[in-house]
Amino acid sequence: MSRITNYFKSLLLIELLKGMVLTWKYLFSPKYTMRYPMEHIPKSNRFRGLHALRRYANGEERCIACKLCEAVCPALAITIDSAPRASDGQRRTTRYDIDLFKCIYCGFCEESCPVDSIVETHVHEYHFEHRGENVVNKLQLLAIGDRFEADIAAARAQDAAYR
Amino acid sequence: MIDPQMFQLVCFYAFAAVTVIAALSVITLRNSVHAVLALVLTFFSTACIWMLAEAEFLAIALIVVYVGAVMVLFLFVVMMLDIDQEKLREGFVKFLPVGLVVAVVMLVEMLGLIGVRVMHAQTMGVNPATAAGMSNTAWLGMALYTQYLLPFEVAALILTVGVIAAVALTLRQRTGVRHQQASEQVAVNARDRVRIVKMAAERPIVGEPGSQSAPAEEPKP
Amino acid sequence: MGDQILHQLIIPILLVVAVVLPLTLTVALYVYWERKVLGWMHVRMGPNQIGPLGLLQAFADVVKLICKEVILPTNANKFLYYTAPLLALIPALAAWAVIPFGARFALSNANAGLLYLLAMTSLGVYGIILAGWASNSRYALLGAMRSAAQVISYELAMGLCLVCVLVLAGSLNLTDIVNAQAGHKGILDWFMWPLLPVFVVYFVSGVAETNRAPFDVAEGESEIVAGFHVEYSGSTFALFFLAEYANMILVSFLASLLFMGGWLSPFPESVPVLGHTSFIWLLAKAFFFAFLFLWFRATFPRYRYDQIMRLGWKVFIPIAIVWVFVAGCMKYYGWVHIGTGG
Repeated sequence: MSRITNYFKSLLLIELLKGMVLTWKYLFSPKYTMRYPMEHIPKSNRFRGLHALRRYANGEERCIACKLCEAVCPALAITIDSAPRASDGQRRTTRYDIDLFKCIYCGFCEESCPVDSIVETHVHEYHFEHRGENVVNKLQLLAIGDRFEADIAAARAQDAAYR
Repeated sequence: MIDPQMFQLVCFYAFAAVTVIAALSVITLRNSVHAVLALVLTFFSTACIWMLAEAEFLAIALIVVYVGAVMVLFLFVVMMLDIDQEKLREGFVKFLPVGLVVAVVMLVEMLGLIGVRVMHAQTMGVNPATAAGMSNTAWLGMALYTQYLLPFEVAALILTVGVIAAVALTLRQRTGVRHQQASEQVAVNARDRVRIVKMAAERPIVGEPGSQSAPAEEPKP
Repeated sequence: MGDQILHQLIIPILLVVAVVLPLTLTVALYVYWERKVLGWMHVRMGPNQIGPLGLLQAFADVVKLICKEVILPTNANKFLYYTAPLLALIPALAAWAVIPFGARFALSNANAGLLYLLAMTSLGVYGIILAGWASNSRYALLGAMRSAAQVISYELAMGLCLVCVLVLAGSLNLTDIVNAQAGHKGILDWFMWPLLPVFVVYFVSGVAETNRAPFDVAEGESEIVAGFHVEYSGSTFALFFLAEYANMILVSFLASLLFMGGWLSPFPESVPVLGHTSFIWLLAKAFFFAFLFLWFRATFPRYRYDQIMRLGWKVFIPIAIVWVFVAGCMKYYGWVHIGTGG
């Protein structure tokens, strides 16, 4: 009996029509597409994007060349050289390079930093036009930090209660 | 000035020339796929000639049946063949005399046949379809299903027998092969195969070893 | 003399252009509409960046395709490689010669119109099979073989469906077939009701014949990349694309002409305005079928190859043969109203 009913069910295309009704409903349902360059998905304050080196309010760079970030980096993306600064003999970096192709944006450098110097900003839209531009040096990182300091500080302040 | 009669004649010669050239290339072209395509072209231009002779049904049937189906299968087979061109040309000189003899005999026979035909030649009669005031297709259908019903049905029967014979010849029962039964697969009901069990949610007992952490060792059988 | 040339040469050429140009334009818009509908059914938006509502997307694609380089694969058969797209396109466009767009407008109101259509659709397979062979690629060859076998199989079912229609209409002329569906009851006089199973079989075979989803194993992206046209790029690919979509629109028009009364109104003649016959009705019906193509694509997963063959030979052809018999009975005993003129 069920064989016969099955036969007629398949002959009358009932299941196919059910499927078509489903897609017909979706034809009019609201669309979830985010029109990316015009619209943005809200970002968490813990979002990890492009790196930056921060400064203290008086303009002094925070980094003390402890090389914890270099040590913790799982992708070996960070290279640091250090030497006493000529003006006051403080231990400072002479070279702070991050290879953004190697970096996996895990945020360990930020976690390990004792002075909150290296941070990851919310910037995720950046590109390179020439070979070698993927390695950003200390000056560039400091410049990024200067530019987005307000943003960085706000995100850190929001997250402070959970740390 | 475009004279319809003149135009028809020019068309006929053009189609005829294409037919002859294509037919020649069927037997002269090296590449077998090209040869099959030349055969397709031969059929096509023959159909055009028939169209000129107002045999539109036959012309289109030629295209549908031969060009559209039979030649596609031909092409299929030829495409799949791995023909060694060098080997094919090896026996050319050896078989040349035999081939020539066969060709000459065929030529003489065909000429004789044409000669006999010419002796009894009569001009083509009035187109019966036009005489009956019907389209070519309708007239052909009428003739086939009334006047020539028996030969038509016999021809159909012979073709059917041919199909069945071909299937029977190639049919072989292989053992140890598991076939799919699409109808059975479709008729399967989820209820017959899977049992959905409803049970209350369980909570791991705190303190029991291995209940909290992920199981590191294999569960004992 | 000048008059004769005008009538025998220039006017036919202008008429051909008047059909082919809108057709190509329709293909462009149809591609846009396909992407839009697919997007909506996937809960996406579809193209919406180029031009208002993304309407110029198709034209941007055309420009892109024309600008791209045409690559000849190594060891490909050069002559056949470049001829194949033309062989696919020419029958697809030539078939439009006998399509009537209204009671009085067809490029050629041929008596054997339906036969001519069958001939032209059966020629389209050469473009596919030669493209597959000439491009010297395994994927292309596999796609071509699948496609050719599929097209040949479904042509039989399609032909038998057409036999049903012409048994009822008693003519091979498409205008006559549409006129045979005219009557006082509007939609109820169309052939789709007495021939309902065959109508379904015809349209599904049409989908299979044009290698569209769910019968698109010939270009199954996930297995053989793109099938017969995998090696084609730029404008040669565009020609295949054009042929495929022209064929889809052709099947849509044919389904509306043969089964849904073409330019006849679905309302009885007594209804004012809506009851009149109009070109717009034909367009609306063809649009519906063209939409069905997209709807199918968004809904159904791809058939497996042997299932396609089984469906064609073991289901569709028997149904069509039985219905040829039924249609003969209908005609003989006069169960169906056959109109005589629009």
